Amino acid sequence: MAFISSGYNPDKPMENRISDIGPRHFGEYLPPVIKKNFGQWDYHEILEPGVLCHTAFSGDKAYTVRCGSARLITVSHVREICEIADKFAGGHLRFTTRNNIEFILEDKQAALDLKAYLNGQKFPGGSCKFPVGGTGASVTNIVHTQGWVHCHTPATDASGTVKATMDAVFDDFESMKLPAPVRISMACCLNMCGAVHCSDIAILGIHRKPPLIDHEYLDNLCEIPLAVSACPTGAVRPSKVEIDGKTFKTVAIKEERCMFCGNCYTMCPSLPLSDGEGDGIAIMVGGKISNRISKPAFSKVVVPFVPNEPPRWPTMTKVIKKILDTYAADANKYERLGDWATRIGWERFFEKCDLEFTSHLIDDFRDPAYYTWRQTSQFKW
Amino acid sequence: MAKHKTPLLDQLESGPWPSFVSDIKQEAASRAKNEKGIEYQIAADCPDDLLGVLEMSYTDGETHWKHGGIVGVFGYGGGVIGRYCDQPQMFPGVAHFHTVRVAQPMGMWYSSKFLNSIMDIWELRGSGLTNMHGATGDIVLLGTSTPQLEEIFWELTHNLENDLGGSGSNLRTPASCMGMSRCEYACYDAQELCYNLTQEYQDELHRPAFPYKFKFKFDGCPNGCVAAIARSDLGFLGTFKGPIKINQEVVAAYVGGEIAPNAGAHAGRDWGKFDIQKEVVDLCPSNCLTYEGGKLTMDHKECVRCMHCINTMPQALKIGDDRGVSIFCGAKAPILDGPQMGSLLVPFMEVNKDDDYQSIKDLIEGIWDWWMEEGKNRERIGETMKRLGFAALADAAGIAADPRHVQEPRHNPYIFWKAEDVEGGWDRDLAAFRKRHQR
Repeated sequence: MAFISSGYNPDKPMENRISDIGPRHFGEYLPPVIKKNFGQWDYHEILEPGVLCHTAFSGDKAYTVRCGSARLITVSHVREICEIADKFAGGHLRFTTRNNIEFILEDKQAALDLKAYLNGQKFPGGSCKFPVGGTGASVTNIVHTQGWVHCHTPATDASGTVKATMDAVFDDFESMKLPAPVRISMACCLNMCGAVHCSDIAILGIHRKPPLIDHEYLDNLCEIPLAVSACPTGAVRPSKVEIDGKTFKTVAIKEERCMFCGNCYTMCPSLPLSDGEGDGIAIMVGGKISNRISKPAFSKVVVPFVPNEPPRWPTMTKVIKKILDTYAADANKYERLGDWATRIGWERFFEKCDLEFTSHLIDDFRDPAYYTWRQTSQFKW
Repeated sequence: MAKHKTPLLDQLESGPWPSFVSDIKQEAASRAKNEKGIEYQIAADCPDDLLGVLEMSYTDGETHWKHGGIVGVFGYGGGVIGRYCDQPQMFPGVAHFHTVRVAQPMGMWYSSKFLNSIMDIWELRGSGLTNMHGATGDIVLLGTSTPQLEEIFWELTHNLENDLGGSGSNLRTPASCMGMSRCEYACYDAQELCYNLTQEYQDELHRPAFPYKFKFKFDGCPNGCVAAIARSDLGFLGTFKGPIKINQEVVAAYVGGEIAPNAGAHAGRDWGKFDIQKEVVDLCPSNCLTYEGGKLTMDHKECVRCMHCINTMPQALKIGDDRGVSIFCGAKAPILDGPQMGSLLVPFMEVNKDDDYQSIKDLIEGIWDWWMEEGKNRERIGETMKRLGFAALADAAGIAADPRHVQEPRHNPYIFWKAEDVEGGWDRDLAAFRKRHQR
């Protein structure tokens, strides 16, 4: 292939350089009905799963059709989305914060027709290209990370666990029969780029073996003081080892202090944690972000470890489905998953969801741990 | 014919949810066919190699990506994440596979023309794989080689007039909800404020000068669709001081069953007839609602603006006037000191476009000055707050203490009094003391 220059001259990098211009202004991309009624919306209705109607004070109506996506999508797929926008929605579209795609139309029947069209589009393997749903009291699309597709620290895959989970709960994406919205999030390591710390249900990749130490390369690749100071529990200290009569500056690790956060590996590539047997998934539940009724809340670990079982992670999806179904059957209308668990008591939550409670689930990390222990005689048998 | 056998990944092609495997295969096939005669600037078969390396991870349960090196575009310290495969001989198409973060339009609205133009660049100069969008909000272009980075940046800035996003110890790409563009709950123009601050702080976004990353997020209301309270170092949530506006006739229509509660969000199950007492009044967290004689009344001074009554009856109840933002500081995921929610720093601030949001910018710059002075390397501001205390932050931000800052007052009496707080200061006379008290 021949190199095609954009016009950039590597010998004069500053020549005609444009920088610090930020994003384009969003106003350029608003559909006409959205632009006209900006800040003048009166109310909205969910007409059916995946179809919203917003009514402006002007009387104008904007019909939104929402469909899921894998987030990891290709140029071919994005072009197809653009074609749909051109054909049905005046060349406009948006993405939601949860990786759904939205098309805005001005006619109700056209919106319903678009829903039918989107639901009819399939990949050759049989999966839906653009399943419509994710509104109201449903499981909407999963916010997630890169996993084995493109990251150096994951303990599991993101796209695969998400696909397996969404397949298992797909009925609740396409319908609105849950007590309240259920937000599932996925992060493939403790760095939590997927910010699963405030989700109704969270899938979290975790490591369980302390880092390997690549003594012969460590000092070439890493700043030892940075690796030492990266450890939140002080488990890493400077050290020297002798290999074949040669002395290497390196680190030593107090393994019993390791909490498997991987922060040392972030600072030092010679301390890999990744391990086929050691790595897997923790399940967390009961977090939320909205201020509705109850306060925003953190997710809590309810299953300390599920092994990685690619490609479909059956144990993980079974646990998630059990928690979701138990919640759906037992919670009050408007009650988020964490509020339900708090109301019935966490001891009851474990019982109802058939989950084993182990010592791994009792917090022992710094001050916040104490505030999660029980300091009352009120509990349930 | 696929380049690599992927029996495990192939099992992710079935089932209803969109299959990323099918999609990557479709991209691989399209690049192999190359009907448009594109002179691909990186290996045409890189989607095949991506599937190959992923299949390897599915087999051995370990990642095959290495740490990023220092790659980027001239003059920027962020926006590109270096990425290399640890089996480059087996998967040469993804040996060098860097991520490019592109600043997204606020609220993630697009025209097909603009989105297609980004795809044109990425088809020619990258892998053809994207994330729409990254967790912070950027358009993420997944996988290209080092020589293409300047070319991509040039085409983005010259042809699309669009910049890269943030990475590293920078201001990260700010994100907002869709705000006033299509939401009746928006208490301020979240998109415009987000856009304005993004433009104001381009230097901080592209050139690392902070102890660690710093994120802004803008939610139009307390429902929090972009998770500002949980995911941003400085989170802006729309709020209001005026009473919630109640239209009694429409309330009656909800009670009478003419309008579906919660905008129809629960329509998939028969929850029985709408019961305003049980579903709205009794669930109000501050018990400020009463429903008597067919009339819904609110003691609005007691309202905490949780949005439940408005969400449940959006046609009858409207957000109050006198609108602005509550500002929360210090949210982050658990690394390293445990998860943190944003703590309320400013209960109310006006969002004033007429003075170019000056009071908000003054606040931000006061906070940054303090954090850049006091923060340790790789310490999020939430951790600096915990280490030095909320009062130190509030002091730096010029915010007076307010009972709204706490859920409850402190449990211990270990107050760090300062000399100037105490009558007579701390200079004491031992001789005089000993005159009063013998040894």
